[in-house]
Formats: sequence, structure tokens, C-alpha cells
Amino acid sequence: MSKDPHSKTVSIKEVPAPTWPETCRDEVAAIVKRYPEGQERSAVLPLLHLSMREREGHFVAVSDMAAIAEICGVSTAYVDSVCSFYAMYHRHPIGKYLITVCGNMVCHLIGGGNKLVEHIEKTYGIKNGETTPDGLITLEVTGECLAACDLAPVVHVNTEYAVKMTPAKFDGLVAALRSGKGPDAFLEKLPLMNGQSQDEWTGFETKAEEN
Amino acid sequence: MQFEPVLTKGVGVVDLTDIDVYEAQGGYQGLRKALTMEPQGIVDEVKKANLRGRGGAGFPAGVKWGFLPNDGRPRYLTINADESEPGTCNNRTLIYANPHQLIEGILITAYANRITQSFIYIRGEFKRGAEILVKAIEQARAKGYLGNNILGTAYSQEITVHRGAGAYICGEESALLNSLEGRRGEPRVKPPFPAVVGLYGCPTIINNVETISCVPHIIGRGAEWFTSISANPSNPKSCGPKMFTVSGCVNRPGNYELPIGTTLREVIEIAGGMKDGRAFKAAQPGGSSSPLLGPQHLDTPMDFESVAAAGSMLGTAAVMVYDETVDLVEVALYWAKFYSHESCGQCTNCREGTYWLERVWERILAGGGNEADVKMIADMRTQMAGTTICVLSDAAVFYPGSLLKLFPEELDRYIKKAKEVRPA
Repeated sequence: MSKDPHSKTVSIKEVPAPTWPETCRDEVAAIVKRYPEGQERSAVLPLLHLSMREREGHFVAVSDMAAIAEICGVSTAYVDSVCSFYAMYHRHPIGKYLITVCGNMVCHLIGGGNKLVEHIEKTYGIKNGETTPDGLITLEVTGECLAACDLAPVVHVNTEYAVKMTPAKFDGLVAALRSGKGPDAFLEKLPLMNGQSQDEWTGFETKAEEN
Repeated sequence: MQFEPVLTKGVGVVDLTDIDVYEAQGGYQGLRKALTMEPQGIVDEVKKANLRGRGGAGFPAGVKWGFLPNDGRPRYLTINADESEPGTCNNRTLIYANPHQLIEGILITAYANRITQSFIYIRGEFKRGAEILVKAIEQARAKGYLGNNILGTAYSQEITVHRGAGAYICGEESALLNSLEGRRGEPRVKPPFPAVVGLYGCPTIINNVETISCVPHIIGRGAEWFTSISANPSNPKSCGPKMFTVSGCVNRPGNYELPIGTTLREVIEIAGGMKDGRAFKAAQPGGSSSPLLGPQHLDTPMDFESVAAAGSMLGTAAVMVYDETVDLVEVALYWAKFYSHESCGQCTNCREGTYWLERVWERILAGGGNEADVKMIADMRTQMAGTTICVLSDAAVFYPGSLLKLFPEELDRYIKKAKEVRPA
């Protein structure tokens, strides 16, 4: 599989046409309505998020862009130019869980994130941008800071924070994902203050579980 | 002075995402009071409180609000929640753990500036943060704080949460507006400033989450109370509570709310002191874009003016602490990689400059550097700073500049090693 998340290796013929313009009709209408009249273009970003959520493989296909272009009154090429600017839009299929390791300085150099990435590459045989053969996990190492430097090193599991990650903890996380238990036990509940430790904090558990 | 948390009161203790809990703590009282005041009175109060923008530049919020022209065009309020300056994570805490404070601040600010539509531009990675905000907005609507005729007055307000999709540059205000309009997040040429031509070509206020979160407290407790909060009263230009994100080589990294003007030494002590008792080497006081401070600057009060006088900038008050084991040249490579990845590519000096900086640091770290490389880095400072549409280019050369100035020996070590391996 290609390493470049923006490569256009998936052609329009290989993927089914998007179903979200039909199945999510109300949600699409609500998104467009959030912006002032005549400013439908603003809906490009939220609709790209939506199309990615709805498509199997969680990526943006050319046919998705065409559908968005029609809704927003712009050209497909325009949607493509916007899509390619932002790092979170994927242009080819990714795994069920996108695990994003913060590759910025505090997490990576001081927090030990670089060793974590080495561990993942060695243990699971995937490099940045690659997916495990079973389609469960895609590894991504960001250039951007994930904004949890106080809890370095952090990883995102489908944009939910798992903090103070160690190779051992990561193995536990992957085991939970493989067994179908999901990542919940490893996720941060809420950001804390004053260097409080997430592990010792009991908090308001029932509320956090809903998310 | 005993300091009681203002912005983070109750965070980590009670669940402030619940509107009833927030109200029980005195929440939405600022809004109730504001709605009895004249809009201009609120702007004047915020001006008097000298509320400086917390997003990095420190521009007085009240003054910014005063720039809006009164020409009948719609006006917009946009909240910058695209927290992406490396080292910074205080907005994350304020949004995830105290969303109603931000919403109350928006409601007051919009009322003061006669705005009826606000946007929160939140970075794409904060997906749950966006969900928390949407939920909080619905709770506020159910209580009559949001929508039409708020609390029985003629004032109406809608708040839209707009998620970004992973681009550091969208934290720059004009890039943020482009992204909110559904364009590529490329900064706009200024002037015209957003206050005059902003979102959809209309007058727009853009403020950071932390700035707006201060507003309910200023209105509730008065400007005088706000200006009295300072750990460095000798500098009246900076005041109020400030979120400090302390990360790196300290024992208890975390978000700490402290009065502005707390010294760097105190900030590090509050965060548990240096990790494993190792010696302090350097710190960046305001995120990756701020120049380094050395041991001689430990007693610098962390306020806008004092940090600037020490040769750096308070920025987002994201204090990254380096001890003796950290190789500052390695840090330089991380920053260079980051800026080269995040440069939007509009301006040649930034696009090419960040690219070459990364190559030069890579070469030096690999042991192939020479004096010409050091000179090149020094030259880049003048060629990149102040020559582009936005300040990403400047930000990229602040760190290398301060490294050359304060820690030349760090670089010399590499150059010397390279010479030993390959004598000229």
C-alpha cells in the first residue's frame, strides 16, 4: 500500500458511489444550514469529515468530492485542492483504528515517543502510513503536536487520547482492540489540572464512559 | 499573594460539562449581569481590565473590539480553538473540562459587540472537544442562554462549532478564516485586518479560547479585581490569571493556572522541580516559536513585557523545560521538521527556507556540518523573518537564532566533531 496518505491510487472505478447524500440527508442539510445563506462553501470541511466517516475504509474518494462539490456549489477539483491541504483527510483506505502517535518534540524526543514508534514498527510490522494485514490498525506519526504535552507521549485512537504511552501499555491496547474489547480502558477520561495523575484519578467515571 | 484559580476553578474536582454544576459554581451570572449593561460599557470594562490576548501576541482584546467599523455589514465573532502551537495544551483543558465558561464568554463578547452569529474554530484532532461544546451549547439553549431573545431580552445569538482537519497554520487568524470559509488554510495579506474585512468579507473579531474564558469573570467581578491579579505588580501592563502548560524535563508536567508574572523558576518549582534533580539547561517560555531562555533568565517574571525584555516571548505560556541531558541541536531539527511540514507554501522564503533549515540541521546532526552551515543558519534569520505574509517564517527562525546566541557551544560540538572525522 502506498505510504503517501494523499496519493490518488484509488480510482473512481474501484470504489462504490457514496451513499451518504441519501442516508445522511438531514445531517447534511443541518451542516449547510449552520452557515449564512450563500456561504455553502463553508460546509466543505465538515462534509469531508462526514464522507470519511460514512465510507468503508474511512477515506475520501473522488466520488465523495463530486457529491460535496455539488452541495457546496464548487468544482470537484476545488474540493480536491482543499482536501489535499489538510492532514486529517485520508485519500486511501485506512484500518478500523487509526492510531496516531504524536511525533512532535516533547512527546517524541523527551517523552520517549521515538522508542514507542520503533517498538510498533518492530512488533507489528507497520510503518508510518501503513495498515496491519488484518485491517485493524493504521499507524500514523504526526508532524503536528497533538496538544497533550503534559501527558507525553500521547497517541490518538480515532482522535481519542491515550496518554503516557509505554510499549507495554501499547501492547495491552492492541490486545484489547484485537479481542474486540475496544480501546475504552486505555483512553483518557478528561484533561486534568496541576499535574494530577490520570491513573490515580477516579473522577466521574459514569459520565466519561458515555463518550 | 494567595492565588485562587479563576479559569480552572472546579476542574478535576467536579464535572463542569454539566450546566447545573457550572451554574451552582456561579456560572452564567456574568452573562446575567452583562445583559443589564450597555454593550459599550462592557467593551470599556474589558479595556479597563487590560485583558491581553492569550493566543500569543498579547494584543488588548478590548482595543481589538474597538476596531470594528460601524457600517451596517453583519459582524462575526470567531473563537480560535485551533490550539496547535507545540507545547501548548491549556485550551484543551478549558474546552474539555469547562466548556460553559467559554460559551458564557462568547455570549457576553457577542452582546458587547452587537454580534448575532459566532463560530468556534476547533482543531480537527479535538473531535471529542467539539462534541462536548455542541452538547454544552444545547444545554445552554435549553436554559434560555442561547437562541432568540436570550433571558427575555432582545439579544439573540447562535454559536456554530466548526472542526478543522489538521493544519498548524489554521491557528493564524486569517488562515483560520479561510479554513472556516471552506478554503485552503492559507493566510491572507494584511491589511485589511479581520476587524474590517474578515469572515465572509465582514468585520470579524477573533480571540483565543483563554481570552474569551476570562470575560465572564471580568464582568462578574469587575476590571479592578482583574488588574489586581499579578505576581509582578511592578509591571501594570500585564495582569490576570494565565494558564501555564509546563512540559519536558519536570517532575509533574501539567497545566497550571497562575497569576501572570510568576517567575520561570517558580513555575518550574510548582511543576515539581527539575526531573530527577538534574540541572536546568534552557526553556522555551511560549511554545516552539519562542526563543530560548537560559539559566540566567530563571528569575524572569512570566509576563508579556518581562519575557520580551529577556529576549523571548510569552506566547501561549507553554513552558518547555530542557535539562542537561537534552541535546538542543536535536530539538532544533524537530522544530525545523515541524515548520517545514506545516508551512502552507504560499511564500517562497518560508516554503524554501523551512525546507533548507531542515536539511541543514539534518546534515549537522549527521556529523557533516561546517562553519558555512552555521553562517547559513544565521543568514536565514534575516532572510526569513519579516519577509512573508504571516509569521510562521519568523517563528521558524526564532529558535535557531536564540540557539546560536545563547548556546553556541552546542553547535560547535558538532562542527568540531565533523572536523575531526574529516579534516579540511
